[in-house]
This record gives sequence, C-alpha cells and structure tokens, in this order.
Amino acid sequence: MIFLAQDVASPPGLERVGVEAPGPPRRRRQTSETLAALLFLLPALFGFTVFYLVPLVRGVFLSLTDWDLLSTPNFVGLKNFQDLASDKLFWNSLLVTAEYVILNIGFQTILAILIAVLMERLTRSMAIRGSLIIPYLIPNIVVGLIWFWMLDFQLGIVNQFIEAIGLNRIAFLGSTTWALPSIAFINVWRHMGYTALLVFAGLQAIPKTAYEAAAIDGASEWKMFWKITMPLLRPVLAVVLVITMIGSFQIFDTVAVTTRGGPVNATRVIYYYIYQKAFDQFEFGYASAIALVLMLILVAVTFVQLKLLRAGESDLA
Amino acid sequence: MAVAEGQRIARPGVTAATGRRRPNVGRIVSWAILIGLIIITIFPFWWVLRTALSNNRSLGTDPGSLLPVDFTLGAFKRVLGLSTVAEAQAEGGSGAEVNFTRALLNSVVFATVVTAGQVFFCAMAAYAFARLRFPGRDKLFFLFLTALMIPPIFITLPNFVLIKQLGLLNTYAGMVLPYLFMTPFAIFFLRQFFLGIPRELEEAAMLDGAGRFRTFARVIAPMATPALATLAILTYISSWGEYLWPLLVGSDDKHQVLTVALSVFRSSTPQGSPDWAGLMAATFVAALPMIILFLVFGRRVVNAIQFSGIK
Repeated sequence: MIFLAQDVASPPGLERVGVEAPGPPRRRRQTSETLAALLFLLPALFGFTVFYLVPLVRGVFLSLTDWDLLSTPNFVGLKNFQDLASDKLFWNSLLVTAEYVILNIGFQTILAILIAVLMERLTRSMAIRGSLIIPYLIPNIVVGLIWFWMLDFQLGIVNQFIEAIGLNRIAFLGSTTWALPSIAFINVWRHMGYTALLVFAGLQAIPKTAYEAAAIDGASEWKMFWKITMPLLRPVLAVVLVITMIGSFQIFDTVAVTTRGGPVNATRVIYYYIYQKAFDQFEFGYASAIALVLMLILVAVTFVQLKLLRAGESDLA
Repeated sequence: MAVAEGQRIARPGVTAATGRRRPNVGRIVSWAILIGLIIITIFPFWWVLRTALSNNRSLGTDPGSLLPVDFTLGAFKRVLGLSTVAEAQAEGGSGAEVNFTRALLNSVVFATVVTAGQVFFCAMAAYAFARLRFPGRDKLFFLFLTALMIPPIFITLPNFVLIKQLGLLNTYAGMVLPYLFMTPFAIFFLRQFFLGIPRELEEAAMLDGAGRFRTFARVIAPMATPALATLAILTYISSWGEYLWPLLVGSDDKHQVLTVALSVFRSSTPQGSPDWAGLMAATFVAALPMIILFLVFGRRVVNAIQFSGIK
C-alpha cells in the first residue's frame, strides 16, 4: 500500500520502456510479446476481474438497494446512507471501533518500540526474535480462544493470579467496561512481536555513528532515544502504523469467537456489525452501505498517514 | 527492510561513556523486561497444552497448577474423534460429536491449494509485469495495486452472492476460488523480485531458442526460489488463519476448516461447565502445524514476516 504513492511518482518499469533489444522486426516481436503477456496474465486477470473488480462494482450497486438475499433488489437511491445517519448502532459501532483502534495501536506500538530497542541493545538472537513472532503465526480464532480460557472469570489463570495477589476477580470478557480493552489486549499480545520485528529492522538501519557522536558529547541514553532514535525511526514508524492500523480497523475474528459483540454493545465493532446485518438479518443492501463507509474511512486513514510518512521523509533529508 | 544478518550494529548501551556512568544495572533491568515479555508471549502456549492434558472434571480442583491436573490424553482423543461418547462424558466432554481430524485435513487442503495456486499464478503475472512489454502494462499494474485498498468485507458480500448463485456453497471449489488466482500483494512482491534478476540470463536462454514459457520455467522460477518460498510461507500462514470466508462458504461438517470447527465447538459448549480441556486440545491441534512450520523454517519465517512489513 505504501508503494502506491511511489508508483504514482515514478511508474514502475518506466526505465525499461524504449530500451529495445536488437532482434527480430519490432512489430512482430511486439505482437508476440503482447500475446505471451496475455497468456501469463490470464489467470490473474480472471481472478482480479471476477473476485475484485466485479464485486467492487456490485458492492457499490448493492449499497443502493434494499436487497435481502432472496427477493429481487429494489433500487432505493441513497436511502441506506440516510438511514445510517440515524442508526444508533452504527454510530456506536464506529465509536467502539475507534476506541479499539486507539487502545490496540497505542499499546502495541509502545510495546513494540520497547521490545525492538531492548533487542537492539541486548541480543541478535534469532531464537528470541522467533519466539516473539510465534503468536502472529497462530490463527486469530485460536488466539481468541486461548485468551477466552485464560481470562475466564471462574477458572482462568489470570484471575487466579489476580486473586493470589489479593485483588478482586475481573469479568474480563463479560463486563461492559473490560470487554473492549480485553479484546484490544488479546490482539496486542498477538501483534506486538510482529510489530517489534518491523521496528527492529528500522532500528538496524540507523547509522552507528549517530550514537557515537552523541555519546562523545555525553548525551544520556534517554536523550539519545528521543533525539536520535525516534526522529530517525519516524518514516519506518509511519509505515508500520499504516499497516497495523488498517488491520486494526478490521477487527472481527477475535470478537466473533469471544464476545460476539456483547455484553450489550460493548464490542460490536463495525466489521461485526456489517457481518450481523448481512448474515444474521440478511440486509445485504444496508450491510454493503456500511462496508462502503468503512472503505472510505480506510482510504482516508491511509491517505492521511501517507502524508505523515512523506513529512517524515522530508525531515530526514 | 530485510535484516542484514551478521551486520555489526550500533549498540549505544555499550559505549565507553555510558558504560562507565551506568554499570550493569540498566542492562539487568533491560534483560528482565525483555525476558518478562518473552514469558508473556510463550506462557499461554504451555497453558493450552497443560489444560489439554488435564481431566476436564478435575480442572476446578487446582486451577492454578502449572502442571496438568489429573493427567490424561482424553481431551485429545475426544476432539480427534477417537473416544466413545461415554468416555468423553466421563472426563467432562459434552458428548456431542466432534471430529477435528476432518477439520485438520480440510485446513491442510484449503491452505495447500490456495498457496499453490496463488504462488503459481501470481508468479506468471508478476513475470509479465516485470519483463514483458505490452500496451497498458503500467496502468494495469497500478489498477491491480489499488485493490489493496479494498477492505475484504466489502467484496466478501458480493463474492458470497456469486458463489451462492454458482451453487458452490459448501464445496472446496467455492472456498478456494477467490484466493486461488491472485492477490495484489503477491504480484507486487514477486514483481519486485523479478525486476532484480539480470536480464542477460533470460536473453541468453532465448537466444538458445527457448520460448517465453520455457525461459520462465527454467531460468526465472529457479532463480526466484527464495522469493517464491517466502511468499508460499506467508500465504500458507494467512490462509491457515482464514476464518470469515470459510465460515460463510464452507460451514457444513464436511467442509469446516479448523478455525470454523473451533468456533462451532466454542458455541456448542454449555455455558455452565464448558469443556475447557477439549477446547484447548482442539486449539492446540489448530496451532501445532504453524508451530511445526516455524520450527522447520525458523529463520526463513522470521525474515518472511519482516519482509511482509513493506506491503
């Protein structure tokens, strides 16, 4: 996604255009090459058209209808979007999703930077890097269930621990206060190692000399972190934030397997709301309208973050 | 963004200036925090195994024990369909029929077919984008990339309708089709790699009379093996974890993949006394292949994931 912007600036493969190798007459070669390209592209073109392009157009069309999956769809214009404006559950789902993204991305990013900085200073060990990445390999559903068990009110190990240190048990996934933070925590657990690896790669690109000079000047580690590490890490962080935030907005699996939107509406995130509208209530038209709004939000988020990314790069120069 | 292995890297913590002012306290604290975070990462896996090896009826007697409570393989037998209803109920199972062996098989089939198709077809497309000249190439590539912006749910709804209209609900074909031919990321990833392969090699092959397809199969593909392997690992991991689409399209008993079977198992456990041991045994079965993949390909998995960051 990041490369979209760069591709606009310099179209891929431009440098090769016009560099014709000597050989058979140009036109014949051109035709045969186009033919070969068509054959090479055929499966991907088919997949792209049938499962991306047509559904995209169809999705937009569906969002303008009242289709319920069974009867013939009626064109209703922008009615779905007007209904959205006064749909309390929709606004609630947006709010819940926003809260989730802030909690999830906030903690995840801070922990990832912490882990990356610690690894950078302490060890090159592949085993340590590897063990931190394991949760990311495991399906969301599995991770959700693991914590569904560990956070259980009665028998969960976390509550055993909480009780052992003399505090009261917490109904993590069962209370309106704790459910959303718990879901956010579960996904921080799954993604912190992954995010740390990305940040770690960014740290390794920072030149050693920058630190040496500062150390000679007697700068403290704390100061070096804020004055050298963070500014130089900014472009990498921007990339990481775009990736993780887009994913975070689409939280679904964990909710589906633990709280199912509850208690009350505490964890009914937008993805889950779309799912319920479409596959529980068969309001396909309405669900498509919400999905369209989500898409616009994601495009906007990406756009804003790409701007920040560019700002980061100009800072470096 | 790949890690430069073995490269000497800045380690401000060990410079002479800071080393003298702060003896080893900072380092010890740093290690303590890092080890703490690693334990938080790893411990849940032990807890899954510990629970899966416990007798569900006895779990409540010692909920804090670090070792299995009343050790038994019953939970594993139960979820793999190897024990009778009576045996299952005796150890606190619900007695409902669960068979994760079938789901495991379905997951393997699903992930393998998706990975094979996607890597193969995307390699072909990426080759065309990287090497062949044809009108509208760059525009088409850009169009492919814009598909990255579409949140999956938006096209999942119409795709579900399409698969339903084709009568492919609850078939393997319906489950794999949308993933089989391309993803924008895979094409982008491989194209980048192909651009880096020296042209002279293929030109030599073509002068020797090899056609486009022969050149692709004999020259390009072997040289791109590391990239193809990396992509295959990433695709396998993500298709193994796929949930919503298989749930919508393959939810009957015969076609459930592990994630779907797990969520069904979780929904069917009674509220009052869930079969935690069984649930964790099933969870373990679903996680194990990924852990094996990791143990076999360790370094390559880490590097692949680190690389995926650029998408």
